[in-house]
Amino acid sequence: MELSLRTRTVADRTVLEVGGEIDVYTAPRLKERLLELVADGTRQIVVDLEAVEFLDSTGLGVLVGGLRRIRAQGGHLMLVSGQERILKIFRITGLAGFFDIYPSVEAAIRPDSRDIGDGSTGAGASSAPVT
Amino acid sequence: MPTVRLGFSPAPAHVRTARLVAVAVARRAGVPEHLLDEVRLAVGEACSRAVALHRLYGLGELVEVEMTDGDQFVVRVMDRAPAETRLENGALPDPLALVVASRDVAGNGDAFPDETVAVGVGLALLAGLVDDLEVGPCEHQRSGTVVRMSWRAKSSRHQGV
Repeated sequence: MELSLRTRTVADRTVLEVGGEIDVYTAPRLKERLLELVADGTRQIVVDLEAVEFLDSTGLGVLVGGLRRIRAQGGHLMLVSGQERILKIFRITGLAGFFDIYPSVEAAIRPDSRDIGDGSTGAGASSAPVT
Repeated sequence: MPTVRLGFSPAPAHVRTARLVAVAVARRAGVPEHLLDEVRLAVGEACSRAVALHRLYGLGELVEVEMTDGDQFVVRVMDRAPAETRLENGALPDPLALVVASRDVAGNGDAFPDETVAVGVGLALLAGLVDDLEVGPCEHQRSGTVVRMSWRAKSSRHQGV
């Protein structure tokens, strides 16, 4: 299945809904979209991976790059996934603690999650409830 | 003697084809359903790595994939990249170290360190996914690496698992 990207706004956060396969072929489109959002001034991004069917290291690399980029601008990037097959990939690679991963968009946009992932917690801080 | 042999030009779009073929052959070989996701991801990672190396060195040769069934379903992914790209003693990079190392690059503003992260993370993913993994030089060639992976196949089907 091709990659699908859709953006919506919930509260003051931009939710990027990603669907289909994120691999070496499609990851450049995800990267481009993340860069566009940051360039447009978006500083609160929730990347919703619930509809993702496949994620490989290229996709992980793009998400790491997106997190780095938005943190450099003083923003936050959060991930949403409740899928074990996706969460397993973050655990195997040791990147689970690097990201803030929530089981739902609602959990990610809760007011008490706003201060999480501001860089002060550092890479390796595990504030993510599902990992 | 491989059951299925596949060669594809080093284009990212063909990696998906290789994944689909690998899962189809694995299923027919009797690899348990719950392992097929691992087969898909691992073969994809090995092929992505080969494609990335061919593109990095401007090599137009085909990436080759061989699949052999039996008690074990064995997949070999072969690239033609120069010998210096071979891993020393099979040592795999630490993905977190790569991420941390990419901090300065990203902190400077322009760089987006996804490629450097992906190459190292891909190998770490392979090592974490596949119990039986070997990464070594291609036999009878001065260049190239073969990534060999295997999963249990027919034996588990015979046991009705």
